[in-house]
Amino acid sequence: MTLVVSDEPKEVSLLDPPKRRVWGPQAAPAAPERVPEKATATLLLVTVLIIATCGLVYELLASTLASFVLGDAVMQYSTVIGVYLSAMGIGAWLSGRVEGGVARTFVEIEIAVALVGGLSAPVLFMAFAHLSWFRVVLYAIVLVIGILVGMEIPLLLRILRERYAFKDLIARVLTVDYLGALVGSLAFPIFFVPKLGLVRTSLVIGGINALTAIGSTFLLAEDVKPHKTGLLARAGLVLAILIAGTVGAERITLLAEEGLYADEIVYAKQTTYQRIVVTRGRSSFQLFLNGNLQFSSADEYRYHEALVWPALAARAEAGLPTRNVLVLGGGDGLGLRELLKSPGLESITIVDLDPGMTALAKTMPLLRNLNEGSFFDPRVHVVNDDAYVWLGDKRNEALRYDVVIADFPDPNHYALGKLYTTRMYALMKQHLGEGGVISVQSTSPLFARRSFWCIARTMEKAGLEVAPYHVFVPSFGEWGFTLARAAGPAPTPLIPQKLPALPFKPKYLDDPSLRQLFVLARDMESLEVEINRLDNQVLVHYYEAEWKRYL
Amino acid sequence: MIDRRDFLTTFLGATASAVACKRAPPSPNLVGELGGANFERGHRLREPELRAKLAGPLPVEKVRVAIVGGGPAGLSAAWRLLRAGVRDFVILELEDVAGGTSRGGESAVSRYPLGAHYVPVPGPEARALITLFDELGLVEGREPDGTPIIAEQVLCRAPEERLFYRGTWYEGLYLHAGASPRDLAQFRAFKKELAKWNKWRDPKGRHAFVIPLSRASDDPEVLALDAMSMDAWMRARGFDSPRLRWLVDYGCRDDYALSLEQASAWAGLFYFVSRMGADSQSAELITWPDGNGELVRRLAGSVGDRLRTGMTVGQIDDDGTLGVLDRDGVAKRISAERVIVALPRFVARNVVTSLRGREESAAFDYGAWVVANLHLRDRPTSYGVPFAWDNVLYESKSLGYVVATHQAGRDHGPTVWTWYYAIAEDGKPTREKLLKATHRDWADVAYSDLAPTHREFATLVDRIDVFRWGHAMTRPRVGARVALAKASPATAIGKLHFAHTDLSGVALFEEAHDHGVRAAEEVLAALEIASPTIR
Repeated sequence: MTLVVSDEPKEVSLLDPPKRRVWGPQAAPAAPERVPEKATATLLLVTVLIIATCGLVYELLASTLASFVLGDAVMQYSTVIGVYLSAMGIGAWLSGRVEGGVARTFVEIEIAVALVGGLSAPVLFMAFAHLSWFRVVLYAIVLVIGILVGMEIPLLLRILRERYAFKDLIARVLTVDYLGALVGSLAFPIFFVPKLGLVRTSLVIGGINALTAIGSTFLLAEDVKPHKTGLLARAGLVLAILIAGTVGAERITLLAEEGLYADEIVYAKQTTYQRIVVTRGRSSFQLFLNGNLQFSSADEYRYHEALVWPALAARAEAGLPTRNVLVLGGGDGLGLRELLKSPGLESITIVDLDPGMTALAKTMPLLRNLNEGSFFDPRVHVVNDDAYVWLGDKRNEALRYDVVIADFPDPNHYALGKLYTTRMYALMKQHLGEGGVISVQSTSPLFARRSFWCIARTMEKAGLEVAPYHVFVPSFGEWGFTLARAAGPAPTPLIPQKLPALPFKPKYLDDPSLRQLFVLARDMESLEVEINRLDNQVLVHYYEAEWKRYL
Repeated sequence: MIDRRDFLTTFLGATASAVACKRAPPSPNLVGELGGANFERGHRLREPELRAKLAGPLPVEKVRVAIVGGGPAGLSAAWRLLRAGVRDFVILELEDVAGGTSRGGESAVSRYPLGAHYVPVPGPEARALITLFDELGLVEGREPDGTPIIAEQVLCRAPEERLFYRGTWYEGLYLHAGASPRDLAQFRAFKKELAKWNKWRDPKGRHAFVIPLSRASDDPEVLALDAMSMDAWMRARGFDSPRLRWLVDYGCRDDYALSLEQASAWAGLFYFVSRMGADSQSAELITWPDGNGELVRRLAGSVGDRLRTGMTVGQIDDDGTLGVLDRDGVAKRISAERVIVALPRFVARNVVTSLRGREESAAFDYGAWVVANLHLRDRPTSYGVPFAWDNVLYESKSLGYVVATHQAGRDHGPTVWTWYYAIAEDGKPTREKLLKATHRDWADVAYSDLAPTHREFATLVDRIDVFRWGHAMTRPRVGARVALAKASPATAIGKLHFAHTDLSGVALFEEAHDHGVRAAEEVLAALEIASPTIR
């Protein structure tokens, strides 16, 4: 877009009513007979301002969304803006192919921008959650919006040609165009993103485009006459879709809680059981269940190595192979990823309450990459049931496992508290084969010391020998686990001294750091606690009281 | 057709009725059944033609022991006989299913109670019951005082109860929110009174209030409590705190279908003290998804085909001869060496020849219950503390609801709520309304009672099944206990031995069990079968 400098140094107010007499000669070639209405011309310039603002916001939306979900902001902004601007060029060229019915075409383009641009953010979020070819969708959408937006101004220029002298026309339209870009670029970070979030911004901007289409139809009523009703109907339909989208988005919502998370939400879903939210930060992403952080991709390997390898090491030191493993909870598949690296492993049964969680871990590219497609491994068998109910089910009574891993969310309500009771641990113990080992995620020994020790003591009460341990996970802080096996004489100590022989090097653990896990400093030492039972659920109370101090 | 507002006003009160009538009634598409004791067979017992059918020569079946009635008392008697090695007996049950008021139902979602739904952890005195629980695998050990340590999974899972008051659910059954210092002082003083009675022993070392009641004291100090109402007892001690009175009234309605003005002070105190441990804390509750249905199912399972259902026992003679109509109306006689009459008293007095025409003791007054099982597609949202097992409404005349899936550990998805209503009102109009009411009328009461307590409730209810118990429980009114002692209805007549919770004047599984075991041991003694008592 090159600025055309007027050779007449006359001051022109942007929205001045056209004074054809004065500037007449320049506009003369196409000068129509009828006198343009002052208001129409002014309003058409307002239209330029609006579409310019919307056009820029779509561009920013796509860039921001891409950098949120894919990271690497420089790359995303560059490529999206590049595609967008070149698409606008294509649009400008295409506009030249429009022969007659310029006004009508302009309104049609407006309606199309409203639809595609308005739905761009929700569609992109959905594509990101479910498709591995997200980038294709991203650039296709950017391309389509760019082409459509690129056609807008040239077409408008042709419409306005009849109302302004050429040099004023270019001056005014381009000035308003750039002004719109300024409005858009300021409103986007200051108002739209913080107040509305990406999805709602997209829908609202689409709505403004649809309203502009309706306004233009009335404004250019003369020119679009035979098509007026059809255009209005289409614009109204698009507006209705966008409003419905806003309402629907409120329900499935990516919107309501955006302020609650430090990073941008890239996926949110309310399943029957819980609310799953995935957020994307600068260089990592996080999974939240009911608002509680489950992992950050930056440091989850520390957590999951600590959850899995001590149990496998204890088995190996007792001279026992680990063939069959039961995982309770852990629907993100990250514990599975570690287990599947263990040589000789034959089968893993994972019991996770929420099919929404296990399906997401299987299909969401972000998660699937992190868990290395663990749910696709033929050795993994998924059961979607409450682990308490499943373990107590008579039909599963005879099942035995070498290792049982309990990776439940923290016990912050009764439905989860039951998974940390003597009854639950007794059931886990029943399902252990010869020399079986249990590993339990046990909340923070530092922030929730009483809760941590309550879990260990409860496991002891259920007839287990326990070895509590901890690891530092930057996004969690000090984190605790409990290693256990049936109490009684055993050939080797429970605490392992070295990792089993592995064909690879874990990212975090080696032999000295494995031993170090079991050293609990004084501020994490044992203290007096009650036993957590189904009929008292003291752990939920401990947990609430302890975390209240931090949250 | 019953007037909706009038019906709702009778059973929920004017305010709740006004609120309910403002919102739409449950959709007519809301399905469900109206169940209850088999009226047809039950009423046949009073008809003269039944006696005519049973007169004259009939085929005779000989058995060693006949147990009439397959509720908790009859099933417990059978269990005791089996323990002693007696195999030659039959249980004759009128209904198609055994279990009496303890029985439960089942759907694809869950088992659920139709009546009695819990047993407090028994104290050391309930020896026979502990033996049963031990045999069922519920006992994991004993406290030093002999109180059984019950397996965790059958103890009511925390949180046990919550209370709905003005739009919010609160923890526990006593409304702590907004309690004044005076309220709390009275609550403490009341608990102190209870603790005092919990420690009380007569010169023979017996408790004032203990289960089984056969072990309880008959000291005049205790029996004096039978002469006054619970209301009078509370007033005499200055207990006028509304929330304390509500708690006591709730207890009386829950266990006796009586208000605290109607219940005797003995009964009011028994409700609280009999379930206290040595530490004067309330004992924990044992429960299953189908309430006490689990107990009667397992007991019935051990009896096998000795249990015969659909049998109308129309006549029981002192010499052990029974006149029986089977399911198809074919008459015969059963001649037994001994008979255990495990029937509620209002049935027994129509069937046992030598009880017919006798003036009935005032002790046998019955209260009615309505139980509604509501199937919900998912859990609705509620304000305040989360779902408990027992969910009670402070401002309602109902008893609230228990969540059938709570004990199974199923905390998400479809569930069944069992809603209870004990009819404490006296007088014919109420009873007539109860009998005239259709399924829809009662479904409406349950629905209108619960709809204001949960968001999305209306959209989540799939079906409501209503179960009416016309004679659900004997009611320990003022004077009932002394009247019962005078009537001594448990005393054997000829070859007939009596077992039923009615004989204790309160409706409890534990009492039914104790009477069943006692009657069975009487029979064992009469048959000269050596078997040391387990009571």
